[in-house]
Amino acid sequence: MRIDGKGLVDRSSPIRFQFDGIGHTGFAGDTFASALLAKGQRLMARSFKYHRPRGVMTAGSEEPNALVTVGTGAAQEPNLRATTLEIYHGLEVRSQNAWPSLSFDVMAVNDALWPFLGAGFYYKTFMWPRSFWEHLYEPLIRRAAGLGALSGQSVAERYEKAFAFCDLLVIGAGPTGLMAALTAGRAGADVILADEDSLPGGRLNAERHAVGDMAGSDWAAQATVELRAMPNVRVMTRTCVTGAYDQGTYGALERGAGAPQPGRPRETFWRIVAKRSVLAAGALERQIAFADNDRPGIMTAGAVRAYLNRWGVAAGRRVAVFGNNNDAHRTALDLRAAGVEVVALIDPRPKASGPKGDFPLYAGAMVEGTRGWLGLREITVKTGGGIVRLAVDCLAVSGGWNPTVHLTCHMNGKPTWCDAIASFVPTPGAVPGLVAAGACAGAFSTAACLAAGAQAARDALAEIGVTSAPPDVPEADDTPYRIEPFWAVPGAGRAWLDYQNDVTLKDIKQAATENFRSVEHMKRYTTQGMATDQGKNSNVAALALLADATGRGIPETGNTTFRPPYTPVSIAAMGAGGQGMGFAPRRFTTSHAASVQRDAPMVEAGLWYRPSYFPAAGETTWREACDREVRLVREKVGVCDVSTLGKIDIQGPDAATFLDIVYTNTFSTLQVGRVRYGLMLREDGHVMDDGTSARLGETHFLMTTTTAAAGLVLRHLEFVHQALRPDLDVRFASVTEQWAQFAVAGPKSRTLLNDLLDRPLDNETWPFMTCGPITLGGVEGRLFRISFSGEHAYEIAVPARFGASLFDTLVARAEALGGGAYGMEALNVLRIEKGHLTHAEIHGATTAFDIGFDRMVSANKDCIGKTMAARPGLTDPNRQQLVGLRPLDRAVELTAGAHLFDRAAPARRAHDQGYVTSVAFSPTLGHAIGLGFLSRGRDRHGEVVRVVDALRGKETLAEVCPPVFVDPQGGRLRG
Amino acid sequence: MVDLEAKKPCAGLLPVAHPGTELVEVDLGALTSIAPFAGQQDAVSVALQNAYRLGFPAPNRTTGTKDRRLIWFGRQMVLLAGPAPAAALQKNAALTDQTDAWASVSLSGNRAEDVLARLVPIDLRRAQFGTGHTARTLLGHMNASITRTGADRFLILVFRSMAVTLVHDLNQAMEAVAARR
Repeated sequence: MRIDGKGLVDRSSPIRFQFDGIGHTGFAGDTFASALLAKGQRLMARSFKYHRPRGVMTAGSEEPNALVTVGTGAAQEPNLRATTLEIYHGLEVRSQNAWPSLSFDVMAVNDALWPFLGAGFYYKTFMWPRSFWEHLYEPLIRRAAGLGALSGQSVAERYEKAFAFCDLLVIGAGPTGLMAALTAGRAGADVILADEDSLPGGRLNAERHAVGDMAGSDWAAQATVELRAMPNVRVMTRTCVTGAYDQGTYGALERGAGAPQPGRPRETFWRIVAKRSVLAAGALERQIAFADNDRPGIMTAGAVRAYLNRWGVAAGRRVAVFGNNNDAHRTALDLRAAGVEVVALIDPRPKASGPKGDFPLYAGAMVEGTRGWLGLREITVKTGGGIVRLAVDCLAVSGGWNPTVHLTCHMNGKPTWCDAIASFVPTPGAVPGLVAAGACAGAFSTAACLAAGAQAARDALAEIGVTSAPPDVPEADDTPYRIEPFWAVPGAGRAWLDYQNDVTLKDIKQAATENFRSVEHMKRYTTQGMATDQGKNSNVAALALLADATGRGIPETGNTTFRPPYTPVSIAAMGAGGQGMGFAPRRFTTSHAASVQRDAPMVEAGLWYRPSYFPAAGETTWREACDREVRLVREKVGVCDVSTLGKIDIQGPDAATFLDIVYTNTFSTLQVGRVRYGLMLREDGHVMDDGTSARLGETHFLMTTTTAAAGLVLRHLEFVHQALRPDLDVRFASVTEQWAQFAVAGPKSRTLLNDLLDRPLDNETWPFMTCGPITLGGVEGRLFRISFSGEHAYEIAVPARFGASLFDTLVARAEALGGGAYGMEALNVLRIEKGHLTHAEIHGATTAFDIGFDRMVSANKDCIGKTMAARPGLTDPNRQQLVGLRPLDRAVELTAGAHLFDRAAPARRAHDQGYVTSVAFSPTLGHAIGLGFLSRGRDRHGEVVRVVDALRGKETLAEVCPPVFVDPQGGRLRG
Repeated sequence: MVDLEAKKPCAGLLPVAHPGTELVEVDLGALTSIAPFAGQQDAVSVALQNAYRLGFPAPNRTTGTKDRRLIWFGRQMVLLAGPAPAAALQKNAALTDQTDAWASVSLSGNRAEDVLARLVPIDLRRAQFGTGHTARTLLGHMNASITRTGADRFLILVFRSMAVTLVHDLNQAMEAVAARR
């Protein structure tokens, strides 16, 4: 029921929205909960386990009951709290965990079965048969109990992540936070003021208190205007600080305002780094446990005031108030002042006396039970004079206020029990650099909060060397908060503690009876304090009752750990930007567009994209294209973009000495203008990478690495230099991106190049393994006569800006000579035919000995990994060694990953002799070939082994042979 | 003979603009990394003074202006942007041509800082990261060199091969920032 003249909503701006297909109207400034309450709708949800009808209990993010789903399809978002969901035009809200409808939910049969469904029921019940758990019981339970559901589709809307930095982060914009931000802002500090609410002010908007000479809400609005006008202050509304992390870092989730708009993120996950922070998070009101205390219409007393004063909504027409503290009395007074009927103020304190109002005060009385399935109809009150039944549609309950200590516990701090307020307060220093102030530190009056906020800000600024003027703190209400602990009303029936998880007082007692006495065990046995609200309402009461059940005091019982996030954070927000193309950078070579234009399927190589093959007219399979490309390299000339290989520029007086240390073989003897193949070991003696290094000058080398290991090798060089040999004068720079480099391979490669180069090549001045500068069309480049294919070949490099143009030119010239472009498939076949290695063979567990390169480990010098490579286990002659494989039946394929066994041995693990690493169909030989590792393989050339691929269910026999299938003498590459 | 055609890293990708921000490709001229050999930093500094009247920048700083600038580029390394390297530098430092290795863009506008706050994990507030300050840091998942070249202007360098991702990521952030009121 909306009360005329009350509240901060804009009644000139009606907003239409829907709930379960039924249209409703609210006003700008309404939440979904306030708008429904204004219509008199109390039922908003069904409970987790028993499917009990539930209404809204709170007016904030701690809401355990009124959870709803918004959106459909990929945009579906479950478990939104009705109390923080702002309405907008066209908003469509659906109820969740109810079927067929919210008011008639068949699963409410669970509520009748409650004696069987208490704490731990499924641990005891669904024990056998064991296999039934996963396939029957768990799906069944999950269907019967639960909250809202995800769509199962990938997120379509935009989310984002962002970073922010400040001198002072103020968490919460109630009286404490506003005063802290004003104090720091006026002192010139960089301030971020973050509040989860859409409207700054906190309880100032929910109460009738004055601040100075104006209404509290007006003061909050005025303070916000002043803060927004300061260039050094950032006011972040709808932004909940969700976690405290190391070194002053905080996570915060910002919700987008209003209806979704294209381009605008739905949520932003902030990482805020603050030199200091003030926690001004306020306090959360707790319930009292009594029978059937969960009916729609039973709310916290503070929430009833908030709906009345902020939203102009009376939560009921006939309201009773039940509370053990003077703060609850305000609810009765505020309602009466607004003309709402207050049926009774019930205070369990025998000597309770409150401000007089025209409503009965029952001191020393308590609510024993309630009636009304879909909404509260009646309460039963036990008074000194006997039982009284009162017809009410709303019961405002307060068991006291719990300071919002959560963030102070995120770095393993434990809060301290405070008798005066019968709750926990933050332990100072629990989070370095963070000070809790105001209600979250147990100061419950507005005046105390304003003063505490100002002081906390001044203290924080003083620590970082910012001086601030003594603040002008306005006068405000300073009524003392008086409370006597009162946790539960004795009696039969189910008294709810944790509404979200349907945990009752009986469950807590059951846990204690079954010896789950530790608060952590109790939590896990009963599920109290879990799920989206993390026990914000129930934790303190639950452990007080556990303390009672186990005969201990509350401080000794302790409480469970509050973990981040304070409110739920969608994974979409934390992973924002990582979907689709945002997953990883894409690296494109200069020939990318040309390859795509030729319909080459692009494959990923690390972050790079490389052409798999270049389909020609009439070719229907990749094999046809691959075989053709292999043949054109072997017979004519092929062109392949090899720019992705790592290139490291190494310069310095000690460059040659340095290479002798990182390579197993010697580079100091390499002549200028020559290239040498090098093998690099890890410190543990296994092969790290291989590649060629060219000596461009006396003190200047160019190292190449494999595509995958480019970053790894540069890091390794830096490590060796910085950590092991800082005495050597050498410098490194990656030039992978500077040069576009193309392999030109095949018998006609020199013919092709001589057409282009400003000065032609010949075999005398450019023999195999030479390098040098070249020019083509005036562009300065580099040429390397090296070969991965085994053919007479070159690699030509030009500055990357010319890469696209040179690729087009090379391919056109190659095609004119009967050749053409070749891709990764052909490149792989060519190198397998030649027995050249890739990371399929040097996969991290192989040594120089294994790959047959042990003689490349120079005996005349030390190198990284040499000592460790000499360990007996790494030189055992029984180790698996690199071999070639040829199927006996030339018509069959080999498969990579297959394992090798003696011809007569069973194909079982104990008899495993090795495995296949690389396979190809060799168009040159006309049959399949393979590389692999075989125990004592080098001594077994000619032997026949079983090749068993258990994964693909294939088996064949293969002959072991040397790993070089084509041109073992190397005549072709020297040609 | 052959006539090779040059292509810019961000050809066909830029410029893009959104309310409050603009992203354009910039031609910095020649880029040369300069890594002084052991004990040679002073000598290199003198050579730089003589050649360009530019000091050797301290870590996270730049010297010079638009046409010739020295950008701190990591441990023991600065990047000379603009002129070709003077021969006198050759003796005391490793010089490496990087002209074609980097995609260089300029992000400007009164919301440029907000855009970078979506992608860059370091503090780029003007009071902390003033004009002439530079950092090797992350932009999204990419290694980047970021320099503030004006009150609301940043110079951003990433690997040339990542130009598409650079423009994609910045454009997304620009769009999201512009969509906020």
